[in-house]
Amino acid sequence: MPAVGNSVARKDGIGKATGRAQYADDITFPGMIHGRTIRSTIPRGSIRSIRFDFDTDGFTIVDYRDIIGRNSVDLIEKDQPFLAERDIRHMAEPIVLLAHEDRERLNAARVEIEYEEETPVFDPEQSPEIFKKIDIVKGDVASALATADVVVEGTYRTGHQEHVYIEPNGVIAVPEDVEGKKGVAIFGSVQCPFYVIKALRCLFGKHPPIRVIQTETGGGFGGKEEYPSMIAGHAALLALKSGRPVKIIYDRLEDMIATTKRHPAIVRHRTGVMRDGRIVAMDIDVLMDGGAYVTLSPVVLSRGCIHAAGPYRCENVHIRGRTVFTNTPPNGAFRGFGAPQTEFAVEVQIERVAEALGMDSVELRRINALRPGDTTATGQTLRKDTSALMVLEEAVRRTDYARRREQLKGTNRGLGLSLFYHGAGFTGSGELSLKSRARLELTPTGVRIATGSTEIGQGTRTTHAQIVSDALGIPYEDVEVAQPDTARVADSGPTVASRTCMVVGKILEGCAHEMKERLNGLSPAEYHARHGAFNVEQVYEPPDWIKWDDAAYRGDAYATYGWGCDVVEVEVDPDTFEARPVKLTAVQEFGRPIHPALAQGQIEGGTAQGLGYALLERVVMVNGAMANSQLTNYIIPTTLDMPELDVVMLENPYPGGPFGAKGLGELPMDGPAPAVVNALRHLGLDIREIPATPELIASCAAVA
Amino acid sequence: MRFVLNGTSTIVDAHPMARLLDVLRQDCGLTGTKEGCGEGECGACTVLVNGEAVCSCLIPVGQVESADVVTIEGLGDDHPLQHHFMNEVGAQCGICTPGMIMAALSLGPSPTLADVRTALAGNLCRCTGYSAIYRAVMKWRETQNASGPAPASAAR
Amino acid sequence: MRTAISALEVRSVPSLAEALAILRDDPRTPIAGATDLYVALNFGTLEPRRFLDIWSLNELREIAMDGSKLVIGALATYTSLIRSPLVASRLPMLGDAARQIGGVQIQNRGTLGGNIANGSPAGDSLPVLAAVDAVVVLRSADAERRVPITKFYTGYRATVMRPNELIVAIEVEPVEGRQWFRKVGTRAAQAISKIVVAGVRAPVPRIAFGSVAPTVVRVPETERALAEGRTIDEAADVLSREITPIDDLRSTAEYRMCVATNLLRRFWMDTG
Repeated sequence: MPAVGNSVARKDGIGKATGRAQYADDITFPGMIHGRTIRSTIPRGSIRSIRFDFDTDGFTIVDYRDIIGRNSVDLIEKDQPFLAERDIRHMAEPIVLLAHEDRERLNAARVEIEYEEETPVFDPEQSPEIFKKIDIVKGDVASALATADVVVEGTYRTGHQEHVYIEPNGVIAVPEDVEGKKGVAIFGSVQCPFYVIKALRCLFGKHPPIRVIQTETGGGFGGKEEYPSMIAGHAALLALKSGRPVKIIYDRLEDMIATTKRHPAIVRHRTGVMRDGRIVAMDIDVLMDGGAYVTLSPVVLSRGCIHAAGPYRCENVHIRGRTVFTNTPPNGAFRGFGAPQTEFAVEVQIERVAEALGMDSVELRRINALRPGDTTATGQTLRKDTSALMVLEEAVRRTDYARRREQLKGTNRGLGLSLFYHGAGFTGSGELSLKSRARLELTPTGVRIATGSTEIGQGTRTTHAQIVSDALGIPYEDVEVAQPDTARVADSGPTVASRTCMVVGKILEGCAHEMKERLNGLSPAEYHARHGAFNVEQVYEPPDWIKWDDAAYRGDAYATYGWGCDVVEVEVDPDTFEARPVKLTAVQEFGRPIHPALAQGQIEGGTAQGLGYALLERVVMVNGAMANSQLTNYIIPTTLDMPELDVVMLENPYPGGPFGAKGLGELPMDGPAPAVVNALRHLGLDIREIPATPELIASCAAVA
Repeated sequence: MRFVLNGTSTIVDAHPMARLLDVLRQDCGLTGTKEGCGEGECGACTVLVNGEAVCSCLIPVGQVESADVVTIEGLGDDHPLQHHFMNEVGAQCGICTPGMIMAALSLGPSPTLADVRTALAGNLCRCTGYSAIYRAVMKWRETQNASGPAPASAAR
Repeated sequence: MRTAISALEVRSVPSLAEALAILRDDPRTPIAGATDLYVALNFGTLEPRRFLDIWSLNELREIAMDGSKLVIGALATYTSLIRSPLVASRLPMLGDAARQIGGVQIQNRGTLGGNIANGSPAGDSLPVLAAVDAVVVLRSADAERRVPITKFYTGYRATVMRPNELIVAIEVEPVEGRQWFRKVGTRAAQAISKIVVAGVRAPVPRIAFGSVAPTVVRVPETERALAEGRTIDEAADVLSREITPIDDLRSTAEYRMCVATNLLRRFWMDTG
């Protein structure tokens, strides 16, 4: 029986269910001390003085002067310091680090900082600094708008979203002697161990040996993509100065206030459409609030803009994107990475265009949905693995959409739909630049997978092992997966962008084929006994047909796309305006499920996060910091908030993916918010922002 | 103080106001119980005290004097509910899983889906959307019932 | 966890009499289920340093009848309220409230006495108790006194309790009329209320609100309007002038006001 396509026993074993799995805070080292980060309490200004109002005996104290390399977190730009020197650009900006073996003394230490305050900028529309601009141009939007039969305008807003991985950020930095050199090993809750290496090498200069080992990670969702470089750098600085292992674990309060969030966005649409339903012009403006430093904002903007026209064909498209500076903690990666924001906007806009035309919105989508052979906004010609119509028709059929919409008229329930897509892997030439590698090692009993791809709950260990098992033709049980330790595994790129199964799995498939040839009919054990061990390592080669022009932002943005259509029935309480999703049908096409139960888990979990984004999750910013930074007040769905979920997984294989698989992790995030808001539209509520809280619905109902 | 921990009489020398969560994790070396929020909202720290599911981040250890405390370690490494959680993918990242399992133990022998949702409403999961957790718990109860009446003690 | 535990001091006691003796001689903060206190401990905002642990006083857990009066021990947990046949038959809306507080873990530890002593304006049991004119029984080493819940609060989280007193029980006279309860939380479970209403439908209705004022409040003007036979619209109008909800982290004054009047109408319709 093949492993791929079956819900085989997971490589994680039973440790997560017995409490034996070791997360960062479960691990201790001899002589370990604890670290704490002293952060700014103003959103903008400069440091005038720092005074230690405590007995410093036994403390390790670190500030920017202890940095021997460069005081900047190496990411896209190098603008973000590990520790503020003088300028403060956001609340909770890290300034000083303390470590001590007694946690009570550590927490009690008072550090008095005097600031010179300046007037902060919080409104992205008033920002003086643009981090990145993007312009996607196709055809002639101005003329097309002028000759369109109907033009519909709309402005849509999405707020911050906080990841709420149930395990907060945490790392332990352990000084290590490597061949006589003083180095450090970082054990921690990270998605991208090699990102951390890169950032630490910059912090310390190239010389100290550094390795990063991923511990069992309690959720990431992008919140542990780039942020861990910061906390790891802090722990490493304290460890190298004190000579002792240093553990820094954020509590929920610190994690919510200080770490990255989803970029808030304002998206403006002007859509030109003909009476027969053809969309002839899409003029879109995307503004994203990047926070105080660049971090990943340019890439989030990029993905957001590329998806901004939705899964629709249109000859004339102009997408203008800007991501800008504000004096708030920097925003960063979060599952979906710009697409949930812009696909929310376009899917509500589509509904309004249909209303303006007096046309059924399913029909409008049907007419304009991307089909194989159509070109996207960046001019990419789509191939056979394009499934917009497939998912739309299945969702409509399965939910008896038209009839149910009719039945619900006059009740307090609405039915809404969203059609969406998500490019898998890094954008454009991104995968080419990454040069991701994967390694297979022959062992006495089988093979070992050695990549930097991290298991964060999505099933990395398992799906990789399934692919290798089938490609090599050996039992799944004989495949083991090495813990990601940067000193021991190949750099397979970050565990992000829905690429881990599709891209890294593909490299592993290639390695397996090469290994199979070399084994020449022998089993791994036989070969090992006769000839000893060997490794196979390969570099990812993107499909040769991908052509992308980074300067013009034109060409093949992604090797393939996942497609989805969500239908949700929402009940609104007439007294309290609480919107309760009753049932949600998620139809998603992602090539082929390598492990059906894990794939379903991605869809169900991503849908839950999308529902939270739509209805519950509101970050309240006061003076540039999250004021509701407790789980009592920043609320994610509980069991009782979740509707009945009906998941349908369709297949339209991507030839370049292992066994036809496409990326899946982020796709489910793009659908729920617009589907929910469209259900509210069905009830006559003209909502154009999320979260659609009861307060918002109440004020909308008052106007309606 | 003295209490019964996973079936064994245990003496712990801790400040009576220390959180039970910290005493379990640090003094007793049982790190299976997790801290997710420190405010009783996420349920990752759920243990059983005298058979009742409670948040150990909110309990002064002095209050478990002479009590019967059961943590995830008390179920061993081979409990059927643990297997169902892994098989049904009720655990993805796994950080909420120990608390989720402890909360699920107090379900009656034939819970409805609504009963399961209510019993687990105090446990947050960010990965699964909960559906697979319901499947794991319902399957557990179904197979328990198929193989005979459910034993009285919470540890099975 | 941000509080220095070593700086805290706690005494536990084998009996109520001992507890009261300690409070007479050495006043300190009582601690029972700790579901609110330990949140402050975790976040480093705990103000008291010295505690009296009364969790083990089982004598305060009883739920029983005293003649026709329902007497609920101060240490009755929400779980015991949910399970109590006496509460179910005499004060079902208290069971409703208890079912909507936190999740199972909180219900197993939170106590009715704790909810009262804590005095949060969002305390979910408080409108229920106020709507039935429940009486709080306070005991000290030398005396016992009874204070109606409607006179128990003097301001935001401020009560008439003296440092040497403990709440020992809550007494409820028989309730004539249909009981009605509605909590509007931030989500379906584990939610702090944005607004909470309890009502008893009788010729003179009794209606109480939480989260619309610094304390739980009855609305006597609105009750009078309804008792006098004014229309529900007129009564809603009176209500809108009688309560003063605010904007906060969870909700807005406008929303609370709108929902309060809607729920008044719903109460009237449901119990009519």
